[in-house]
Amino acid sequence: MDLKDLYRDVILDHNRQPRNFGSLEPADGRADGHNPLCGDRLSVFVRLDGERVADIRFEGHGCAISTASASLMTEAVKGKDRAAIAGLFNKVHALLTQPHAAADAELGKLAALSGVREFPARVKCASLCWHTLNAALADGAATVSTE
Amino acid sequence: MAANISPVPRAAAVPAHAPVLDAARVRRDFPILDRLVNGQPLVYLDSAASAQEPRQVLRAVEDYATQSHANVHRGVHALSQAATAAFEGARERVRRFINARSVREIIFTRGTTEAINLVAQAWARERLGPGDEILITALEHHANIVPWQMVREQTGCELKVAPIDRRGELLWDEFLKLLGPRTRLVAVAHVSNALGTVLPVERIVDAAHAAGALVLIDGAQAVPHTRVDVQAIGADFYTFSGHKLYAPTGIGVLYGREALLGAMPPWQGGGDMILSVSFEKTTYNELPYKFEAGTPNISGAVGLAAAMDYVEGLGLDAIAAHEQRLLAAATAELTRLPYIQLIGTAAHKASVLSFTMTGVHAHDLGTVLDAQGVAVRTGHHCAMPVMTFLGIPATARASFACYNTEDDVARLVAALARAREVFV
Repeated sequence: MDLKDLYRDVILDHNRQPRNFGSLEPADGRADGHNPLCGDRLSVFVRLDGERVADIRFEGHGCAISTASASLMTEAVKGKDRAAIAGLFNKVHALLTQPHAAADAELGKLAALSGVREFPARVKCASLCWHTLNAALADGAATVSTE
Repeated sequence: MAANISPVPRAAAVPAHAPVLDAARVRRDFPILDRLVNGQPLVYLDSAASAQEPRQVLRAVEDYATQSHANVHRGVHALSQAATAAFEGARERVRRFINARSVREIIFTRGTTEAINLVAQAWARERLGPGDEILITALEHHANIVPWQMVREQTGCELKVAPIDRRGELLWDEFLKLLGPRTRLVAVAHVSNALGTVLPVERIVDAAHAAGALVLIDGAQAVPHTRVDVQAIGADFYTFSGHKLYAPTGIGVLYGREALLGAMPPWQGGGDMILSVSFEKTTYNELPYKFEAGTPNISGAVGLAAAMDYVEGLGLDAIAAHEQRLLAAATAELTRLPYIQLIGTAAHKASVLSFTMTGVHAHDLGTVLDAQGVAVRTGHHCAMPVMTFLGIPATARASFACYNTEDDVARLVAALARAREVFV
């Protein structure tokens, strides 16, 4: 086992200096994610422009994998619309769980998470932020539809 | 983050005359310690979760399976009698190990958790109601919290929690304040699994009995490290697991005073726990069989008895002294690392060292240590309320057993330094 497969430089960098860290007030959608097994907690805030995520931030605390994954996610989805984000989520999910998933060019820096699949105990760390984003977008949809 | 940085705890005094354990020789009894993990010689520092088994235990289980196995308490044939003798011999071995008065006070269970649930359902659920109170401490493992919450749901009784301080010590005066005429049961750990604190169980028993309450002690973390005499402690119920005492998983013990167990209804129904069954009426078996429905874990009991022979062969005093030396050495080493915070610094501790590293989550730490062959437990240690109280999501926990050495401590320290390099 090579630790560098899991803790790539991109991941260590995003753990040390998470991008888009903080809250958004007001936000069109927000959700809290919690992994009770390891105590990771994070909140995702989104501001929408129609179907598009105009701005996104997250805050909370967790392990390096969970923090870096959330940070990378915010960079990857900012400016994308819901459909594109759903497509990206599927690709990230495949990357984290399928044994020989080829890194899709569209993943960009998210491909750094490919080492996580060798550490089954850590897959949930990397996917928590994506599930939380989905919940935030659902919350946002509800808000948008009432307007 | 509110991790407490306390002064170095005073390690429990090691008597000058304490027998010396030859750890190098002990290690040869544990085949698993020879394997490599991630290409490195294994440093196993997770015995508080589950200890490894020595050849003596493995051999006893194999001998039983190859020479004596059949069902117990049933057949007239030779193997059934041999199996019954092995199983009941194990019960007598357990009785001697904890100095119970009678084998009728020794109930085999799957482990500590099942033993506590048995008391919760067969004693507490039967006897408690609104106005009654169960008193536990803030140090408890989930196994000594959740069964009582279930009883609270079932009976309407109350569950009180005696607080601890930031070192992990029970606040004695607060405990006494919560102990009152409504307290029917005090359920406490003998040793905290998350922090290593040794609780003053004799004082707790005296105070509880003076208040008219019974006492259940969760001894899962105590039995591997200290001589337990249930009569000297005065416990009404004492529970522990085999697999933390170098025995197989799936076997544990409930000790209960005979008068209490005798007055309790059975918990589970089935074979072995009956004397006679008709569709009109079933007569329950006597103690201890009344609480052992179904075919028991015979080979597990055989393994547990062999493990008790093994630790008494090494000497529990020698094991305890050895582990305390390692704990003192590891505590001193980790205290020198400015980026490590020790969590749980009670004056009297078992060989459990919980800690956090500045800027590094416990799970990342666990992964980096594992890559270097060092196995520690990371997380909340099934003691979420302890973590919440201390304001931390998780810790890393190294625990020392009879087969650990000074070299293991050095490997841990080196692995921590490497983890620090990776993340900071």
